[in-house]
Amino acid sequence: MNYEQFLLDYIPNHPEVVVLTAENRAAIRNLPNILVNNFIDTGICEQSLVGISAGLALRGRKPITHALAAFLTMRAFEFIRTDVGYANLPVKLVGSFAGFLSEANGPTHQAIEDIALMRLIPNMQVFAPADENDLVTMLPKIIESKFPAYVRYNNLPNSISHSDFEIGFPEIIGDGKDVALFTYGAMFNETLKVQRYLETKQVNSTLVNIRTLKPINIEIISNIALNCKLIVTIEDHFINSGLFSIINQILYSSKIIKEVVPIGLDERWFKPLMFDDLIKYEKFDYLSISSQILNKLNEI
Amino acid sequence: MEIKLKMLKQQAFDARKSILEMSLNGGCFIGASLSCVDVITYLYNGYLNINKVNLNDTKRDYFLISKGHAVPALYAALAECGILEKQRLQNHLKDNDYIYWHPNVNIPGIEFHSGSLGHNLSVAIGIALDIKMSNQNNKVVVMLGDGELNEGSNWEGILLAPSYNLDNLIVIIDRNHLQANVETEQLIKLEPLKPKFEAFGFNTYEIDGHNFEQIHNCFNSLASNNKPHAIIADTVRGKGIPSIERNPSKWYMKINESEFNELMQELTVNFKEN
Repeated sequence: MNYEQFLLDYIPNHPEVVVLTAENRAAIRNLPNILVNNFIDTGICEQSLVGISAGLALRGRKPITHALAAFLTMRAFEFIRTDVGYANLPVKLVGSFAGFLSEANGPTHQAIEDIALMRLIPNMQVFAPADENDLVTMLPKIIESKFPAYVRYNNLPNSISHSDFEIGFPEIIGDGKDVALFTYGAMFNETLKVQRYLETKQVNSTLVNIRTLKPINIEIISNIALNCKLIVTIEDHFINSGLFSIINQILYSSKIIKEVVPIGLDERWFKPLMFDDLIKYEKFDYLSISSQILNKLNEI
Repeated sequence: MEIKLKMLKQQAFDARKSILEMSLNGGCFIGASLSCVDVITYLYNGYLNINKVNLNDTKRDYFLISKGHAVPALYAALAECGILEKQRLQNHLKDNDYIYWHPNVNIPGIEFHSGSLGHNLSVAIGIALDIKMSNQNNKVVVMLGDGELNEGSNWEGILLAPSYNLDNLIVIIDRNHLQANVETEQLIKLEPLKPKFEAFGFNTYEIDGHNFEQIHNCFNSLASNNKPHAIIADTVRGKGIPSIERNPSKWYMKINESEFNELMQELTVNFKEN
């Protein structure tokens, strides 16, 4: 089931849900004509999009609010923080084309600080499904939650059949003790390839599809980190304040002293290219990541 | 609806006294509070369907104040109409309450917080949209400052409200002609303001924001079409206390007991003369 079909099935039974967009209809092209009364397009007004969502939520609605991740989380940041976060309203913010998915658009469209910004906001829950199937698996719990949420949307084809979802709990694939691979969102599929490739080199790993970046279950993360020789975070996000920072914070608070290898964007934007070319150019493809990991393992 | 002129004038006087007391009890943004206090007093005591028993009723009217620093006027008006216990105004800036420099929902009758300018119009639009979607008839009134119109997000809202035919939305501009420090027309020109709102698709009205008859007549003769309403209330910052009227430096005032007595004297004389 795709995202749009999920909403079409879900909303008739949940009339409190309203779909909004700042003229970003890629994921919801068929909804306007079908939902009619539960659909609002604010035009290219991200600030008002968020303020209006807050107003609707004050009246008891649950807005699912769409815009490009870069403009939703940055142009409208203060509206999200002040009108949704501070008010603790159940607005579900859906940011599209986040991370590498902005492909050839260039740095104006690169939301590679969205996770950092959203997790800063008190009350805000932050989600990053691996693919569309993962998204649809996660959505009922996200929408049911009484808290505001940010969802780093993607509609990538699923590479595995995903397990059930609980807020705060990751999906864990494998139980290898050589490497812990922590990732989320669009990098999941490539990281899965890393896991399979490493197996051919007799390196066993635990792959963690983080799913929820906030709140996060500290115990599960700590246990995986504790039992693996090497810890790697893989994310199409700035290294600063993304998953790398989250994992380090958890390790520190759990008194686990271990090096974490960050694969992310270090104080720079990425080369605007189509996804497959981009991950090769930026060395986020499975072969580049695997060779980095193998080198690191040799050093230990 | 008949206007209770004498009662409104007395309530506005009492509200001004409360504002002055907040200036004494720690200090407040007195200038902007005094410019809009007549309109707000009117709204709660002569227009809006809001009272202490229907605060959670979805059919109530809504009022939001986007120019958050003027919240003493709202606290005072809520106290005048009995929604907020008058006694609580004594808690201004005290740690046992939430009567501080910006509106917040811990105060009965306050629908939403403000402080950061340019937010409440969009929130009001969201409320107005839901009222339409719910086939209800309640009104949403949002007050913006004239200086606040510098914020671009307001112009998004001014584009959006007519596009969604929000005839249940009333935008009041407290046109006191002063930004924080300087006159609006000396900084970012707003004029001609009425034609701007008209061109965007609002029913637009200009009134003397201190004249209860004009305020009353305007709110009771709003056009019936599909358009939202914009009421430009021409006002005077510091209104009611001649020595601080139109004085840019009297934006915020923290006063002592003897200053309070002097200003209170001025307020009383001015009230009796008018």
